[in-house]
Amino acid sequence: MTKKIVRKHPLAIRWFHWFNFPVLGIMIWSGLLIYWANDVYKIGFGDRTLLKFFPDSFYKALNVPFRLSEGMAYHFIFMWLFFLNGIAYVLYTIISGEWRSLVPNRRSFKEAWQVLLHDVRIRKTAPPVQGKYNSAQKIAYTAIIIMGIGSVLTGLAIYKPVQLEWLCTLFGGYKMARILHFALTIGYVLFFLIHIIQVLLAGWNNFRAMITGFEVKKINEEPPVDEPEK
Amino acid sequence: MANFFKNLFTRNSGLTTSQVIEKKTVISFFFFFLFMGGAIAGWTWLRRQPSDSGKTSSPIRSVLDVNEKIFDGLLSDKHLAKEYPVSQAANPARVNGDLGLKTPFDPVAWKMNVIKASGDTLKLNLDDLKKLPKTEIVFNFKCIEGWSQVTHWGGVRFSAFMKAYGLDEEAAMKYLGLSTPDKQYYVGIDMPSALHPQTLLCYELNGQPLPMNQGYPLRLIIPVKYGVKSLKRIGDMYFSNQRTPDYWSDKKGYDYYSGL
Repeated sequence: MTKKIVRKHPLAIRWFHWFNFPVLGIMIWSGLLIYWANDVYKIGFGDRTLLKFFPDSFYKALNVPFRLSEGMAYHFIFMWLFFLNGIAYVLYTIISGEWRSLVPNRRSFKEAWQVLLHDVRIRKTAPPVQGKYNSAQKIAYTAIIIMGIGSVLTGLAIYKPVQLEWLCTLFGGYKMARILHFALTIGYVLFFLIHIIQVLLAGWNNFRAMITGFEVKKINEEPPVDEPEK
Repeated sequence: MANFFKNLFTRNSGLTTSQVIEKKTVISFFFFFLFMGGAIAGWTWLRRQPSDSGKTSSPIRSVLDVNEKIFDGLLSDKHLAKEYPVSQAANPARVNGDLGLKTPFDPVAWKMNVIKASGDTLKLNLDDLKKLPKTEIVFNFKCIEGWSQVTHWGGVRFSAFMKAYGLDEEAAMKYLGLSTPDKQYYVGIDMPSALHPQTLLCYELNGQPLPMNQGYPLRLIIPVKYGVKSLKRIGDMYFSNQRTPDYWSDKKGYDYYSGL
């Protein structure tokens, strides 16, 4: 049995990914500082509150209270990095053709369900992976881009609700645009949690690929020839 | 170990696949940690910049000022805050903050002091302003804290007031300044926003004279800004080509522009 180096993630994608990681972290943190000043959202029905965003202990633990101006300042600086990096990523995937391995197709939705059943151990086999990502990944990685676009647009709508009144109206008005902007952020946090669990489960070879760009495949056949080095 | 360093300087063609994997992995992780270290260093640098009086450091201020330049381009007299039917206005309107209203105040003696470019002061009372055409607006008032409320205001357009009193030289200056009679609260506003057609020198809320806690007898209503700029109880009005003082910007680190 021999090892073979297989290229997986281009340098540009690794860069966009790891650049986005701290920037999105700062956007969520500064967003939290802003949200605290008027923390009215909750999940519940009627008078019953199931989940309040957020409990005081949570704010205290993260040193959130009374930092609105700081939150706004950082939010309106790092929004540029989040935006430009996101644009660069999308343009890169289009121009390089990487989008082909990312965008789901007609089969993806059915297969993603099978992947999910497999991942929670209900189904024994997962559908075969064609290309770099399985169907659930394709849907997740495309959805997160759509969410990113949503965050930029709802963010713009609540940043300049008078000058961009049409955008604000498109999202159902100022209050609804704020709710959407917040809900998308909760979405990122959930994405992040599942992402981390999946990366841990997938193991070292998969994680290393996001840093080195290559995966190591073990093969039994003829001694392979390394890919030509540049 | 020594072998590994030797491998770093050996061409890949001279190495086994395992050695190439090891070599590439180490190099990639080296750059990865370098990048992350750089990010942490950059963040630490930013956090350690000395703050101005408003708790905000100069690199942050300069980006906010760039944002102002970029988004100021959007500001247009044609972009109006959406107006609502009077029936949708909140009654009573939310009261938020009493800065500048805490000092004992004599409503009968009140006059607005308009300090002209020449240094002369124009003293006006409420009747003077009520002689000018009245404009009403029902719009979604937006607080910088994040809440918003549809409210119904009445008064005289700031631009119409400037014209009526021949304050053309002042209107050509870059900034408007307002302060409460006790000088405890003050705002600075760029002139294009002040002259926006929806900016009012406001003396009515829900068709009634302003309540004391809403800034009786006269306040500013400026829909193209967060509520912090809609100063309650105007005492002095002044003009400058430099930024006029602004409580939330100078003392609390908020963006000076705060435009919507």
